[in-house]
Amino acid sequence: MKIAISSSRQTLDSQVDQRFGRAEYFIVVETESMEFEVLNNDNNASSGGAGIGTAKLLVDADVKAVLTGNCGPNAQKTLSAAGIKLYTGVSGTVSDAIESFKAGKLSETFEPNVDSHFGMGSANG
Amino acid sequence: MAENFTIAIASGKGGTGKTTIATNLACAISQTGKVVQYLDCDVEEPNGHIFLKPQIEKTSSVTIGVPEVDEELCNGCGKCGDLCQYNAIVCLKDKPLVFDQLCHSCGGCMLVCPTGAIKEKAKEIGFVDIGSANGVKFGRGRLKIGDIHTPSLIKNVKGNSIKDGIVIIDAPPGTSCPVIEAIKESDFVLLVTEPTPFGLNDLKLAVGMVIELGIPFAVVINRSDASEKMVNDYCSEQNIQVILEVPDERRIAEAYSVGNMIIDTFPEYKKDFIELYERVSSYKR
Repeated sequence: MKIAISSSRQTLDSQVDQRFGRAEYFIVVETESMEFEVLNNDNNASSGGAGIGTAKLLVDADVKAVLTGNCGPNAQKTLSAAGIKLYTGVSGTVSDAIESFKAGKLSETFEPNVDSHFGMGSANG
Repeated sequence: MAENFTIAIASGKGGTGKTTIATNLACAISQTGKVVQYLDCDVEEPNGHIFLKPQIEKTSSVTIGVPEVDEELCNGCGKCGDLCQYNAIVCLKDKPLVFDQLCHSCGGCMLVCPTGAIKEKAKEIGFVDIGSANGVKFGRGRLKIGDIHTPSLIKNVKGNSIKDGIVIIDAPPGTSCPVIEAIKESDFVLLVTEPTPFGLNDLKLAVGMVIELGIPFAVVINRSDASEKMVNDYCSEQNIQVILEVPDERRIAEAYSVGNMIIDTFPEYKKDFIELYERVSSYKR
């Protein structure tokens, strides 16, 4: 299953970026083979609607689930409309997050866990 | 011939006394027999009515155009989403999704749509109230809670400006888009500040803004204190005129706190506002 994890760096031992829309990178991984690719998230510097643009990036990458720290309402709505499962409150390294997901330890969320613009202004991770 | 002159009252910092200056100025000029209109363009939190106590005669709804997609006609090409710089419309595979609150009403998505699937629908962003208050013509914008289309509503409020009189625009605080929209066509800007480090810091930002816009301006110091001259010092260094100082007096604050005008409670101030207008109006652009 192809999933995406918001990441502060470009490797599997990077910390999960706590911001969804303004995450630096997404690591898109095929959970069976553990093959992965890194997406640069240009929406990171967007003046507005960053979460929507980021969600669109992941829709185009054809992922089925997203693991991140915090996700706002517009991003959540976009992911939901595209049928992508969302898991928030994820922290630690990207590889730990993938292992938790594969072990069924994460629970899917159906609501945003922060307001719009939560990830603006401060760097994280 | 009636005078036609627009003065915007702005500030960098909020809470410095824009509305106090704007309402007292409007009333003082009106009491000299001139035609005056007060327009409250601080549409996110208008408060001029607390002091002017107007009778509202007409309230109009203000709308902007946002896209509505006919999914039958949409072929999912995604050109609308590629064009939109605000991510207000995004095409997810074959399904467009619209975020009204992010739309800036440019109409670009409708232009690039090859199948004509996008139509404009009206979205209400707020209201404009028109009325009068003791001879002062009164106008006010009220943005709907949660809406962010502040400049669009301000533009609408200004659309009610009289053409044969003096217009006093009460602008929002800050130096961002809503402020620019409120002040940009004015003949003169009064920058209201207070003698505090915050007041001075934000005054400098506001001065930069009006210089960029090329509008003549002067500074009003509210809650002025003889022992604290940081704003006066800055203004004299920069060759900026301090056109009025309202002293930091408890009795003025008490009148304000119950919604009373300075010029009604302390008529000795009326001439200061009238003189202020006479000096400002000589800057006709």
